[in-house]
Amino acid sequence: MKGSFPLLSLLLFMPVIGAVVIGFVPRARQNVAQILGVVFSGITFALAIWLVIGFKTGVPGLQWTESVKWIPSFGISYRLGVDGISVFMVVLTAFMFPLAIIGSGSSIHRAKHLIIFKLWLEAALIGVFISADLFLFFVFWEMMLVPMYFIIGRWGRERRVYAAVKFILYTAFGSAFLLAALIAVAFISGHGGTPTFAFADHLKTSFTLTQQRWLFWGFMISFMVKAPVVPFHTWLPDVHAQAPTAGSGFLAGVLLKLGTYGMLRFCLPLFPRAAVEAVPILLTLGVIGIIYGAFVALGQRDVKRLIAYTSISHIGFIVLGIFAITTTGIVGGVAQMVNHGLITSALFFLIGMFGDRRHTYDLNEWGGLKKNMPIFAGIFLLVTFAAAGLPGLNSFVGEVLTLFGTFAVHRWWAVVGAVGIVLGAIYLFYVYGKLFWGPLDNPKNKVLKDLSPRELVVIVPFVVAILFLDLYPAPMLERITPSAEFVVDRVEKGTKGTKQEYVEPKVTSPLKNPALQKAGPKHDGNAKTGTSPGGQQPAPGGPAGPAGPATTGPGGSPAVPGAPAPGVVTPAVPAPNPAPAPGGGG
Amino acid sequence: MISNLAQSALTLVRAVSDIPAQQPIKAPPADFYAIAPEIILCATGLLILFMIAVKRFKSTIVYASVAIAGALASLGAGVFLWFDLSGDRYRYSFGGMIAADRFSAFLIVLTAVALVMALLLSVGYLQRESLNKAEYYILMLFCAAGIQLMVSANNLIMVFLGLELLSICLYVLVAFDRDRPTAQEAGMKYLLLGAYSSAIFAFGIALTYGGTGTMNIPAIAQYFSSNLLANQGVVLLGLAFMVIGLAFKMAAVPFHMWTPDVYEGAPSPVVGFMASGAKVAAFAALFRVVLIAFEAYRLDWQPLLWGIAVLTMLVGSIMALVQTNMKRMLAYSSIANAGFILIGVIAANPKGVQGALFYLVAYTFMVLGSFAVVGLAAKRGERGSELKDYRNFYQDEPILALILTFFLFAMAGIPGTSGFMAKFLVFSGAAASNQWVLIVIGTVASVVALYIYVRLVVNMYMLDSVDLIDKPGGNVRVNFGSGLALGIAVALTLFFGIYPEPLMNIANHAGIIF
Repeated sequence: MKGSFPLLSLLLFMPVIGAVVIGFVPRARQNVAQILGVVFSGITFALAIWLVIGFKTGVPGLQWTESVKWIPSFGISYRLGVDGISVFMVVLTAFMFPLAIIGSGSSIHRAKHLIIFKLWLEAALIGVFISADLFLFFVFWEMMLVPMYFIIGRWGRERRVYAAVKFILYTAFGSAFLLAALIAVAFISGHGGTPTFAFADHLKTSFTLTQQRWLFWGFMISFMVKAPVVPFHTWLPDVHAQAPTAGSGFLAGVLLKLGTYGMLRFCLPLFPRAAVEAVPILLTLGVIGIIYGAFVALGQRDVKRLIAYTSISHIGFIVLGIFAITTTGIVGGVAQMVNHGLITSALFFLIGMFGDRRHTYDLNEWGGLKKNMPIFAGIFLLVTFAAAGLPGLNSFVGEVLTLFGTFAVHRWWAVVGAVGIVLGAIYLFYVYGKLFWGPLDNPKNKVLKDLSPRELVVIVPFVVAILFLDLYPAPMLERITPSAEFVVDRVEKGTKGTKQEYVEPKVTSPLKNPALQKAGPKHDGNAKTGTSPGGQQPAPGGPAGPAGPATTGPGGSPAVPGAPAPGVVTPAVPAPNPAPAPGGGG
Repeated sequence: MISNLAQSALTLVRAVSDIPAQQPIKAPPADFYAIAPEIILCATGLLILFMIAVKRFKSTIVYASVAIAGALASLGAGVFLWFDLSGDRYRYSFGGMIAADRFSAFLIVLTAVALVMALLLSVGYLQRESLNKAEYYILMLFCAAGIQLMVSANNLIMVFLGLELLSICLYVLVAFDRDRPTAQEAGMKYLLLGAYSSAIFAFGIALTYGGTGTMNIPAIAQYFSSNLLANQGVVLLGLAFMVIGLAFKMAAVPFHMWTPDVYEGAPSPVVGFMASGAKVAAFAALFRVVLIAFEAYRLDWQPLLWGIAVLTMLVGSIMALVQTNMKRMLAYSSIANAGFILIGVIAANPKGVQGALFYLVAYTFMVLGSFAVVGLAAKRGERGSELKDYRNFYQDEPILALILTFFLFAMAGIPGTSGFMAKFLVFSGAAASNQWVLIVIGTVASVVALYIYVRLVVNMYMLDSVDLIDKPGGNVRVNFGSGLALGIAVALTLFFGIYPEPLMNIANHAGIIF
């Protein structure tokens, strides 16, 4: 563990420093404020890249930890650390903000304040993901509300005030239960003495079933509002539709992931018995979200609302993956969190570029744009393909892993969920056709120019990231897998010998041959590490299994894509391009 | 009967005749350090009164300076008392009338700080409203002395005396702008209802005395612990009446009806001071009554306070939603805050006491700060305090708008402010007593309350400007005193939010007597 260098603190405070510095920029020099904003968020991104490169693969648990006492009498400390799940959320956050700051330009009304709020939001979001202390987590969780509220309410569209108030109230409502639940967790973990908010101490505590039920749902309400999972989703379309482009981008890109992140971080590991009990409910809600979001999206005229409903559908997938409680499903869910963040915010930025030109988001106002905006159309098509989960683009990895992970344990939910992919393809291509094909008969659209260099600077990194994560997802998956295994392991251990006993089925990977699997050793959480760092060891679990082709090639990716990999139960050894894998392995 | 009487008369005669010969008379100890803060305040008040008698200055800045100096001296005396008490847990003096303990020292200091800030805010306000009268400062000083007496009272009679001293000063202060009809209405309402509640409180004392034979707070506790009462009706009624009397002062539902009217009519600095000071006094007395005197009856008063707290939080938050006047809205939000502080009392454990004391400090600065901004932004005669007048307040007065926003978010309990820590601490106290339902109601009520503040922020930042004659701002002049007071309030609200440990330790020490 590289605990010596306070990289996480630096990551956290870089945007704060930026915001303070920008506060001193005179109002007339908006462009200076913007340059400073880009510089500070750019440094933050560089630090995040450093973080992910320095992150040790194959190790569950927190890395880069830091701890400073804050309020000792309540067991509250400034504890930071990242695991394989949060590290990608941090990178995703840090990736998005420089682009968003470039994207909104310095010409808009009170650009300086917008940049300050963005940096504040960035710090709070990074803070949520790197907190290893429940109190600190909650502090950042709430701190994030204020800048987002202002971003929506001051720079949004016509009904922005309504949307801003709706956003802050819905989220705060969820937080109310979160606060009560986290105080309870701290006091129960303190065993009557000083309460403790250290996440590590919570993991050591065993909660009774009653406590688990209450606390699980206390946390879940908050996370379900944030995610949003279906009965709590009604704020999302309004907020998305009214928020400014960057606001929608943050919301779709990072904020929604807070909910699913929280489920993985707290609900499953801390309250395994309650979680196992709740699985049918949550899977059902996930599936309802997938189908409902897709159908409602089809009926939208406002493009931003439409994308908002597709988000609900995609979040349904993530929930499905997480609550399947299989390593594959969780890895898929986390990958999907990253992918969906990239794709949806890219879509919002693209739509925002149209909105900047025409000041409308009505679907009927578009049409035939392919002719005069070919680059725009091309990029849009690529992102649409990605969103539809087309093989060869990043979302495919996540969706497939999610569905396989779910299929192994909850077959019918996965089947219904898979329908969502089809529906997704339908609405996305319907939208694409509506936007870009057909005659260019709207005179207002005829004069539109293609993307400017600044807009290209914003959108090209998204495209690159989308392509990269598909073509070479191994670095991401191999970092996520240990943490996902840890979560599943926690659930298995926590439910052992109880009525809710849960054991992850052995066959969970789409890349394996079930027949060979049976002869493999009984897997347990510690021996599941799929890909060892640098690919220097054979895959654990493999040696005891029957002979099969050695799959771990240099760089941690299998030499023979799609070949059976005996004994290796995780999907963390994917092909460079897993697209052919289902065909080959299944 | 008669023989008994004769016996005691004989003893008395013997005692009287014996004393001079054998031992000196033991007068009750008079610990003047314990009441030095009150003495200083009263002396300063009398000094100003004397100054008026000698020569009336046109500018009240002289009186204000003297009053502030007195308040600071009282603050110093309070701090001295705190450190002086490092050895003892408590010292009873004046025949058990006054309890010098860290609890009273803590709240004496808090009162003095609130007084200093209110006085700083008053100078500019009184000039704008042409209320430059030295009597204002005298009344403020006596009012603060009343609060300090009440927080250090160890006898129900002293509680009542302190309560009356502070109330009578406040009746006058509320109606100080006597040419304004709303101020007259506020003063009259507060006087009538306040007198009624004082009567109820006094009746509660009388019943308690009837049931226990003493008005000394620790003695009552001792009586309950050493006697088993066959019939508890009298003491329970006494307890209930005392709680009602104090609930009136702290503006807890359903005894809150006066609050919005009084807060609307009274001068803003006075509102800030009474919202903090009167609450401090009422809570201090409540602490001593329920946690010391009636500790044995915890199972009786806990449900009572539970109901009051829940009603207070919910009604305060919900009623604030429909207000159209800033001061009425803040009045309801202060009602809601009383409910949150009550959670700490109901918890009845060290963490709860600590939380409630922390909350009182945090709340003092938040409420003084927010009413300060409202007072500054209003025009002469307190016009322009409607919610709609705050449209685009940010455009006109960016710094004041930011400060007000900060206080609003602090009251809403956004982390990074002392308001969040305060809520967190009272909830933690309740958690230590397993009051989970109360916590959930509290957290949900704080979301409802959040809407109040968010609505105001919307007004200030997010709506298009409309032309209104009484729009606040434009050229708000913030004088040095107000600026200083606002600066202190902002700095402390932020500091206690980010680094609450010192204040938590102090509050913990202060709560050690329970």
